[in-house]
Amino acid sequence: MLEPQPVGIPVPNPSPASMPYWEGCKRGELLYQRCNDCGTIALRPGTVCGHCLGRSLSWVASKGLGALYSWTVVWRPQRPSFTVPYAPGIVTLDEGFRMVSSIVGCEPADLRADMPLAVEFHPASDEIFLPYFRPRP
Amino acid sequence: MPHPYRDVVIAGVYNTPQARQLEGHDSESITFDAAVGALADAGVKPAEVDAVIGAHAQELVLGLRLGPCTRLPWQLGIPIVLEGADLVASGRADVVLVAAGGASMYSDRTSTAPWTRPANEFVVGYGLFTAAEFALMARRHMVMHRTTPEQMATVAATIRNNGHVNPDAVYYGRGPFTPADILASRMVADPFHLLDCAMTSEGGCALVLTNADRAADFSSPPVWILGGGSDSYGPAYQIAPAWDLVGRSDVPAGYVGRTAARHTFAAAGLHPGDVDVAELYDPFSFEIIRQMEAFGFCNDGEGGAFVAEGNIGPGGRLPVTTDGGTMSYSHAGINAQQLQRVIRAVEQLRGTCATSQVDGASVALCSNGGSGALFTDVLLLGTERP
Repeated sequence: MLEPQPVGIPVPNPSPASMPYWEGCKRGELLYQRCNDCGTIALRPGTVCGHCLGRSLSWVASKGLGALYSWTVVWRPQRPSFTVPYAPGIVTLDEGFRMVSSIVGCEPADLRADMPLAVEFHPASDEIFLPYFRPRP
Repeated sequence: MPHPYRDVVIAGVYNTPQARQLEGHDSESITFDAAVGALADAGVKPAEVDAVIGAHAQELVLGLRLGPCTRLPWQLGIPIVLEGADLVASGRADVVLVAAGGASMYSDRTSTAPWTRPANEFVVGYGLFTAAEFALMARRHMVMHRTTPEQMATVAATIRNNGHVNPDAVYYGRGPFTPADILASRMVADPFHLLDCAMTSEGGCALVLTNADRAADFSSPPVWILGGGSDSYGPAYQIAPAWDLVGRSDVPAGYVGRTAARHTFAAAGLHPGDVDVAELYDPFSFEIIRQMEAFGFCNDGEGGAFVAEGNIGPGGRLPVTTDGGTMSYSHAGINAQQLQRVIRAVEQLRGTCATSQVDGASVALCSNGGSGALFTDVLLLGTERP
């Protein structure tokens, strides 16, 4: 069974631009950044819209529902603090953005393209909660 | 308009010995060995060098007493060869030394190699590393086109067998391998088994670019740069390496390198069918399947069948990565292994490969990078002046 990683793995170091994202994760909210002018969703936190070059961006809460776009199952851990197997994946959120995460709550052999997923948050430290995704009916 | 590189030649190339670990060396010292070797191969004296490119460019300027000298301390493969060609073509330099090396960089073997595990905040918590990032691209291709692990294993077996017979390869004599052997090795990051992946090793390499009017001075026939280019879709290992990520064109990130290859062939006035040998970058078996499609050697989605039909092996339509590549020849440090694709292509065009020489090779394609890293560089070399 794929499980969230225990505390002790390397922890993200937020930047000023990404701090709202990590604060959202701690509250149990998955935030994404959207242009107020053209509605384009940012590929990563920033200050300029990559589509219209507008400078007015807002953080918006996702419903946290999506589908599996691609995945791998890792058996040789990146470092010993990671427990294997684990399943990094790319999730397409219903709002139309993609993110890297890890899939939990199923067997590696059950992973399928386009399987429906829902976000959940697990602590990696006192400050950082990581979004994971679990299969949903 | 004359070809921009009609007066530029590659006059010297050199690989140091390669090994899993090189006793008594660090990256700087093995880079010096490589630089001296390439200058000797070109028959160029240090005092003639007026530009150096590579991670240790400044140390080479000092250590070989080259100053005053142009120095570009950049850590890339094909792009620094093209930069060197531009220096010569524009008259900013006459003799350019491009050198790279990696040693004493990887000691903690309980973790993957340090340059494979970047600390970006959006990936660090998920235990990604190079193999996992590239697996995300490979898996999507499997979903879209039913590409199989067996097809990938055919690539790995082919390239590893080129290394098996190459006495200079780190894994010389370790084969021969069948696709079944590849599939029987332990899983690293599904769909990649251990033998689908590049090794890690140590070594250096260098090459010398100079003006064509000096070519008569050299012991080896000159090799010409017919074209080249670089595609990037952004920083590696920071955002989701999604196959269909797009930027200013409709070419997806899964086909990174396609735009560069189109420009490259157009600059040369050639087509993929004109390539005699392809010294392609092989960090993972799937990358060769992807590059077959990206560069136009087969149709989209047909790369798996193309490699399974025997096209990329010795005597095939397009022999690929003939020294054993990063899977079997060497995967030294960060950038030596990328320059080594160019060096092997030069040796193929000189006709001097001791093993897996493609008879009469006159056009060679090289590549660096790969889809999981969101960049691919392309270089086309030939025996005829462009």
